[in-house]
Amino acid sequence: MEPFEKILTKNMSNPGYVGSLQEYEAVGGYQALKKVLAGVPQNDIIEMVKKSGLRGRGGAGFPTGVKWSFIPKDHPGPKYLCCNADESEPGTFKDRQLMERDPHQVLEGMAITCYTIGAKTGYIYIRGEFRLGAKVLEKAIQEANQAGHLGENVHGSGVTIKLYVHAGAGAYICGEETALLESLEGKRGKPRTKPPFPATHGLYQKPTVVNNVETLANIPHIVNRGPEWFASIGVPPKSTGTRIFCLSGHVKNPGNYELPVNATFRDLIMDLGGGMRSNKPLKAFIPGGASAPFLTPDHIDVQMDFESVAMAGSMSGSGGITVMEEDTSMVWAALRLMEFFYHESCGKCTPCREGSSWIVQILQRILNKRGKPEDLNTLTEICNNIGGRTVCAFGDAEIAPIQSTLKYWRYEYEALIAEAESLRAARKEKEIPVLSI
Amino acid sequence: MLFENHKDYIDDLLTRYPIKRSALLPLLNLAQKEEGYVSQGAMREIASMLDLTPPQVFDTATFYTMLNLKPIGKYHVQVCRSLMCALVKADNLIEWLQKHLGISVGQTTSDKMFTLSAVECLGSCGTGPMMQINDDYYERLTESKVGKILEGLKQIGDSELKSGPYMVPEPR
Repeated sequence: MEPFEKILTKNMSNPGYVGSLQEYEAVGGYQALKKVLAGVPQNDIIEMVKKSGLRGRGGAGFPTGVKWSFIPKDHPGPKYLCCNADESEPGTFKDRQLMERDPHQVLEGMAITCYTIGAKTGYIYIRGEFRLGAKVLEKAIQEANQAGHLGENVHGSGVTIKLYVHAGAGAYICGEETALLESLEGKRGKPRTKPPFPATHGLYQKPTVVNNVETLANIPHIVNRGPEWFASIGVPPKSTGTRIFCLSGHVKNPGNYELPVNATFRDLIMDLGGGMRSNKPLKAFIPGGASAPFLTPDHIDVQMDFESVAMAGSMSGSGGITVMEEDTSMVWAALRLMEFFYHESCGKCTPCREGSSWIVQILQRILNKRGKPEDLNTLTEICNNIGGRTVCAFGDAEIAPIQSTLKYWRYEYEALIAEAESLRAARKEKEIPVLSI
Repeated sequence: MLFENHKDYIDDLLTRYPIKRSALLPLLNLAQKEEGYVSQGAMREIASMLDLTPPQVFDTATFYTMLNLKPIGKYHVQVCRSLMCALVKADNLIEWLQKHLGISVGQTTSDKMFTLSAVECLGSCGTGPMMQINDDYYERLTESKVGKILEGLKQIGDSELKSGPYMVPEPR
């Protein structure tokens, strides 16, 4: 792997750096905010971020500058910025590190974004379990307010930027941007139908930008060092910059690794991750959080940028890579993920609500050696009736583990069902006629 | 009555949002912190504070898994059971905890000290198996480590084994 410069984790990689305001200022912190407040037109910043090629790090990978440009400029306001710190995708734990280790980097990114889109208020929607992260951020906001980096008349520019931490209370779906807005309004976190999009009708029906923590943390660096520098990293022009990849599962050294997006899965899993924990061969990996379809060892040399992973039939998503060694039951793995989705489905759309519980029942049956040959077709059919038929992307996410394990490891399902059949024959169980659907 | 001691915090909280209802989740979290669970009395009080009806508060409260609507033990032991932790043997840890505490998942010990739950992903997949007890995370768990943690909580109400600001791998 070629040497590269860390961007987001550079400060915190320095032993002893705890993320206080003094430390952050000492390494050039809040210079980018001062620079833009000194009179960089808001449009120029949007153009700069567009040119940098920065894409959302939360999962969807939407170009950040384009998202900002959707905010109507002539709207009288108020407008809002929401920082999505819900980090609920299984396999992902990068935002937690960014918030707990270098909170001011996130706050500076938020402040610049607030100024750019004309928002006076920004909320950090942090998942309720991250008590420590919320505490660290609250302290950092207090420090920044006292130092004049936030609050009223920031650095004498007349701009008001107020940031608040808002803790959730345990719901995966609140990481979906419209569910997040609902939750922030004090309601059940159920996604809204789009359009209208948050850019025009977001929080309190006002123009709103929702950005992931890691996305926002990139902003000060782009302002400081220019979009050309950022766009030169990775795979220009579409996937640029570095990402923090979260490595978990059966590897020797799990953890967060910041890499340029053109690094391959081999770089991450075999080199940095040290390979498999038990020295068994690699069997499968999830390339982008629980919502991404599984990939096989054949895909280990794929680059981790958005396009390459999509070409391989999966998605780069939130950057959470989970590795499974040989001897892991793929039916079991699919069931575990499906139980998660069943638990977290908000219940708004019928295909997702009913489908997830149905799939869990079938998988449990197969795994407990009570499955039937027709179960596999039923699984496929249920999946086909969930994907694209729900209000939010949750529906597409929950079928990913099923469809991909059925694609690559169908024989495991079939073996379990064959075993069930022979057990059934031995028990002389009476067949219950099945209605075709 | 419950929130009299927090008047300053609540006054400040209500200035943060243009619409009062937005303060609902923070107030429910506060109620849980005060009593260990969200009581009906607290929900009524929150409703009157935010000009909502009690059913509106109840409706929201039932959506969020962190809010306990019934009393639980002093320490809520929540072990992650999602795939990433399960790959590194979180299930064995849950088994062990059930035996060690003498309760099943979802139950509370008779001395009202510990409630055991198996929960979905807590965002700490690189350091599994892991658990959350009240506000704190405990990671890279082994049976002996968990034993020490529970003992510490019982004896002095705290444990030095809780996680600090997250960074894995540690900077060198």
